[in-house]
Amino acid sequence: MTGPGTFLGMPAFPENAEEALADSQLRFNLRKATHTIRGKRASVVGELPDWAELRASAKAVKDETLRHLDRYLLQVEEAVTKAGGHVHWAADAAEANEIVTGLVRATGQTEVVKVKSMATQEIGLNEALAEAGVTAYETDLAELIVQLGDDWPSHILVPAIHRNRSEIREIFREHMADWGRPAPENLSDEPRALAEAARLHLRERFMSTKVGVSGANFLIAETGTLVVLESEGNGRMCLTLPETLISVVGIEKVLPTWRDLEVFLQLLPRSSTGERMNPYTSMWTGATEGQEFHLVLLDNGRTKVLADEIGRQALRCIRCSACLNVCPVYERVGGHSYGSVYPGPIGAILTPQLRGTASELDASLPYASSLCGACYDVCPVAIDIPEVLVHLRSTGPHAPAERLGLKVAGWVLDRPVRLERAQRLATRFRGLVPKKRLPGPGAAWTDTRDVPPVPEESFRDWWQRTEGDTR
Amino acid sequence: MRVALFITCVNDTLFPDTGKAVVTLLRRLGCEVEFPMAQTCCGQMHVNTGYRDEGVRLARHFLDVFQGYDAVVAPSGSCAAMVREQYPKLAAGMGATRAGAFASAHGGHSPFAEAVAEVAPKVYDLSEFLVDVLDRTDVGAYFPHRVTYHPTCHSLRGLRVGDRPTRLLQNVRGLELTPLPGAEECCGFGGTFSVKNAAVSAAMCSDKVGNIISTGAEVLCAADNSCLMHIGGTLGRQRSGVRVMHLAEILARTEADR
Repeated sequence: MTGPGTFLGMPAFPENAEEALADSQLRFNLRKATHTIRGKRASVVGELPDWAELRASAKAVKDETLRHLDRYLLQVEEAVTKAGGHVHWAADAAEANEIVTGLVRATGQTEVVKVKSMATQEIGLNEALAEAGVTAYETDLAELIVQLGDDWPSHILVPAIHRNRSEIREIFREHMADWGRPAPENLSDEPRALAEAARLHLRERFMSTKVGVSGANFLIAETGTLVVLESEGNGRMCLTLPETLISVVGIEKVLPTWRDLEVFLQLLPRSSTGERMNPYTSMWTGATEGQEFHLVLLDNGRTKVLADEIGRQALRCIRCSACLNVCPVYERVGGHSYGSVYPGPIGAILTPQLRGTASELDASLPYASSLCGACYDVCPVAIDIPEVLVHLRSTGPHAPAERLGLKVAGWVLDRPVRLERAQRLATRFRGLVPKKRLPGPGAAWTDTRDVPPVPEESFRDWWQRTEGDTR
Repeated sequence: MRVALFITCVNDTLFPDTGKAVVTLLRRLGCEVEFPMAQTCCGQMHVNTGYRDEGVRLARHFLDVFQGYDAVVAPSGSCAAMVREQYPKLAAGMGATRAGAFASAHGGHSPFAEAVAEVAPKVYDLSEFLVDVLDRTDVGAYFPHRVTYHPTCHSLRGLRVGDRPTRLLQNVRGLELTPLPGAEECCGFGGTFSVKNAAVSAAMCSDKVGNIISTGAEVLCAADNSCLMHIGGTLGRQRSGVRVMHLAEILARTEADR
């Protein structure tokens, strides 16, 4: 079984990336998938004349909610309890896992079916349940592929984006039998055949399992309603069939009112799958008779993020993945290099804030971007990801050699006369600068790029010579 | 109109011909150009690599040097975007500090924020200055070559210069402008990203270069020498035969330069 635990001890992002870049199959799969979704998103977003206004509204609603989160969360608790549900508060992953494990144990069951959920991935719930002797079955098609393949999700919305259909066929043929109904004989790699195999495999599970576990896309404070958007209907099976439903939801998922959904139900499908509307939207409030509902409200670092005036905008995220699909770095290295269930640009700002920058990997994430700004442009809740990246770079640790280099550069640039002297030194020894191989950290440049020749004269010297000193 | 040239530290040191081209071009269009010699750097490298304090020090110096001009023209979309887009964010971020909080609590803005509000809106990328301020899309240039144009990220998504550079190029006599596939994708330079994540940077540039070569152009043009240094360094290493030129250097050429 794999999960976030496996991510611990991973090397820094550049090393992971180097390995991923050499995987031609991965590069091909990702290029094809990201460009396809990118194009679909652009066309359906382009249809809406009021996209900019929707985006501004979403930002405003989220900001207002986060500002008064304490109040809205108490409102959620009251509304859910009134509707017959039970509310639990979890400060961190361990506490959340303990709560869920305890709730499952109390039912006497040893199996749960899961709706695709980022929050439960974040806390490593499947691993915690396994330790307690409970098997968690992923029912989202892509999550199923990941689980059967003993693999990690590499995308927020499309966890198996790194796999193509022939790889999926192999995974089904080899591993489906370990988890239940085996793949049919003569399984082809036609999408229809693969979907049918998954349907038959999962259907048995839905009919027999008594406990469901989910997350939620939105949590409405005024009514205590939870909302899940999905494409397959498997989520709805998990949400309706089992006797007990346990939903683990990050505290930033709250929206104040039903009316606010109007904005987000337009933004999310268009930004994520490039659809005008997603096929299944499930909403539930409390529990109906004969069923039990538990809501686990998860902090796990979110309150700390909320305290950072620049970093807190990351909590507006609605997990649409538009930033991943448009990111030139993600497109080339895939999700695993980020060592977190949150990869891509949003992961690069969320993971170091939630987990801190103690590990080499987490400290390297804010640098996993060329700051090209494509992520900010597509973000439906206007998270200025480059701004947060730059902010996190200034608060995180620096390597001593780099610090020295940047300090020296800063000292030179502080005074025009120092810059002038440095330039004259460079032009005097210009013949000594190698074009193909620089020493030290410069080798990272000349590994693939030539060095431009140092000119005979800097611009300021030329100006001074032809125009006189205009200091 | 008092027009100052903000050459940028990279152009000043490594690409003086771009600066000379800007001076030639602006004078040809009737502008008096001043070059305040106290200028050094906008601070982008420091801020974007995580050395905010050093960056802010350089930003303060920039604001001192360029105060009082009607327009500040930079042949770099990235450095112009640093001043116009990132300086206000730096100023706002200072509100989170105790001194900034004190200033705003007492109804005032910090001197830094005031200087940003005064200077930043007057900073233009070359193409913006030509099209918006001088109202020229035909600058009388002549350049009989096949050219493709890469819109650099910070001019595209920071300054939003839009089609100004290509409108200028379309009006250059003799120039055949050929569209670049995947033009809006980053080339992978990203300042210190190019060495801190050299492998990813190279992979991005590899795709950019493939697209450039597919156009059959002789010249790749952009309005930022940092990106051109990265793409040009790769084109050169591959012996592609495609050369890179800053927009200013193409626009400065006339029939007389033949």
